[in-house]
Amino acid sequence: MEGRINIPVGDWIENGVDWILDNLEPALDGIAWFLGLLTNSFEGALLAIPAWLLVLVLVGLSWWRVSWRFGIFAIVALGLILGMDLWEPTIKTLSLVLAATAVALAIGMPVGVAMARSDWLEASIRPVLDLMQTMPPFVYLIPAAIFFGLGTVPGAIATVVFCMPPVVRLTNLGIRQVNREQIEAGLAFGCNRRQLLTKIQLPLAMPSIMAGINQTIMLALSMVVIASMIGAGGLGNTVLTGIQRLDVGLGFEGGLGVVILAILLDRITQSVGLRRKASS
Amino acid sequence: MEPIIRVRELYKVFGPNPQEGLRLIEDGLDKDTIFERTGNTVGVKDCNLDIAEGEIFVVMGLSGSGKSTLVRLLNRLIEPTAGTVEVRGRDVTRMSQRDLIRLRSEDLAMVFQSFALMPHKTVIDNAALGLEIAGVGRTRRRERAQEALEQVGLKAHARSYPDELSGGMQQRVGLARALATDPSIMLMDEAFSALDPLIRTEMQDRLLDLQREHRRTVVFISHDLDEAIRIGDRIAIMQGGEVVQVGTPKEIITHPANEYVRSFFHGVDITQVFQACDIMDSENIPVLDADTTAGEARNRIAHVPGNEAVIVDAGGRFQSVVQAKRLGELTLDRAASEVAVEVEAVPEDTALADLPRRAAQSPVSIPVVDGEGRFRGLVTLQRLVEALDRSRNAAAANGDY
Repeated sequence: MEGRINIPVGDWIENGVDWILDNLEPALDGIAWFLGLLTNSFEGALLAIPAWLLVLVLVGLSWWRVSWRFGIFAIVALGLILGMDLWEPTIKTLSLVLAATAVALAIGMPVGVAMARSDWLEASIRPVLDLMQTMPPFVYLIPAAIFFGLGTVPGAIATVVFCMPPVVRLTNLGIRQVNREQIEAGLAFGCNRRQLLTKIQLPLAMPSIMAGINQTIMLALSMVVIASMIGAGGLGNTVLTGIQRLDVGLGFEGGLGVVILAILLDRITQSVGLRRKASS
Repeated sequence: MEPIIRVRELYKVFGPNPQEGLRLIEDGLDKDTIFERTGNTVGVKDCNLDIAEGEIFVVMGLSGSGKSTLVRLLNRLIEPTAGTVEVRGRDVTRMSQRDLIRLRSEDLAMVFQSFALMPHKTVIDNAALGLEIAGVGRTRRRERAQEALEQVGLKAHARSYPDELSGGMQQRVGLARALATDPSIMLMDEAFSALDPLIRTEMQDRLLDLQREHRRTVVFISHDLDEAIRIGDRIAIMQGGEVVQVGTPKEIITHPANEYVRSFFHGVDITQVFQACDIMDSENIPVLDADTTAGEARNRIAHVPGNEAVIVDAGGRFQSVVQAKRLGELTLDRAASEVAVEVEAVPEDTALADLPRRAAQSPVSIPVVDGEGRFRGLVTLQRLVEALDRSRNAAAANGDY
């Protein structure tokens, strides 16, 4: 139809992706190498530990940090995973989550701190975070696969991008919500900028930051399942196989594994935020 | 004596264009007009103060009068728009960041209205915060924090967390935190305002006790005249960013600068402010020695408006009171001291509030003595009743002072 407007956003993105492929290959290789190393180390380490020992550690953590009831739940749940013969994919998923979370925190927390210090930066980063969170997660798989091929690394990258916003937001929010008189108390007793951050702002923002970390881990877990579509492996792969074969039983088993992992990670990380209350 | 804090022509204008606000102040516009025209808020306007070493200097005013801004200008938590603040002769407003941080951590501690404690730290680590920031080692700073906690009576709670303590106890931690760095100046921003009246009085007494042990310069922000009178050596009253009056509690109550100052008197017990020496009669009392005759005594009493004389010893120390009507029982050559009434004298700084009870028990007027027991004057019943009546009127904010 004449006069029809067609803004070629898709073309621009493609051109951008091509440009990155042509010009930033060493950087992409570096990222791939680093993330590969990180996930493989986690996976190697977790698989090297005998399953019974890891189960014991997780049950112990649940018992000590959360409650004895949750400890019993952990025994039953982990026993179920072992019984369904899903131990190895569960560990693969767990190490992918841990690696992606580690990277997301390493980038996200400093960004959150910087945002808290500058209104201008906050205003510019906030829409980027909105975009990262609302974009359908499948979309991240495409550039990840283009840049890094198929496998664990692109899965980890897509996961990092998807799971980073909560920790950035809640670090920023936590620091901004610190009471004005507490900031003044820090300054009045002679804090410099670094001390103000490490001795006053970060400790007081910690409950909020811990909530952010918890959310980031949860998002990472959900994304890791999606990332199995580009070969990230793990429990997502089990689910995907179930879909491809229309095998309800297999799909449900994989899904159950994800749910168990999610509950354990959620409750244990939440308890860290309440450290003092739990111990006193 | 050189003041420890000297404030000169200090201004603070908040808002989009402080310098423009400053110009308009110089043009003589008032706070509201400046806000309407430019959106700038005048926080502190042309403030000049000299605070002496070792005094408790209370800054009083209603909320919005600029008192909290003023105290934050002293340690530069707020940057001034114009003017100078000198602490021991050094201009805080032009100090480098490094010097400012050193001044704050060594010499200027602060206590906050909301206590501003760190909920994740134990009481002792809260008290040690200033020392921790200054880089004092863990063992040493805990020692000093422990001493500070003992000073405020919280030794037993060192291992508790702030949320396990009552408000008064939390503010004692705030006080200990300030004391731990052994500052020469303490800035206290409405430090006791969030506490219950009883606890507040207790904290005021504690502060006064601490001052007796070790005099520091205290700049105390308050909106409560009772508090200002109880603890203040001098009081500055702020209105709309300006200091409208500075003086001792007595000066402020006897000569309030304007209606605003007077409005603070409402409901305040100013019988605590006036002392025996303020209301005693020291001129019309004949002073006799132990062997003065009854005749001479009667003669001397006849020349003054009152009908009492006092007998002192050779060193001028008060001995007894003689009433004219009792002298009539004696022949003229007997010693007047034979009919004198021996009563206990009160020190000259006895509060007016404590005098009525004494007067009710005493058959004669109340003698007032100085620290060495020397006679200073008599508080007659008439003077006492007059003073109480004036106090009541002043408290109702329509007195004739």
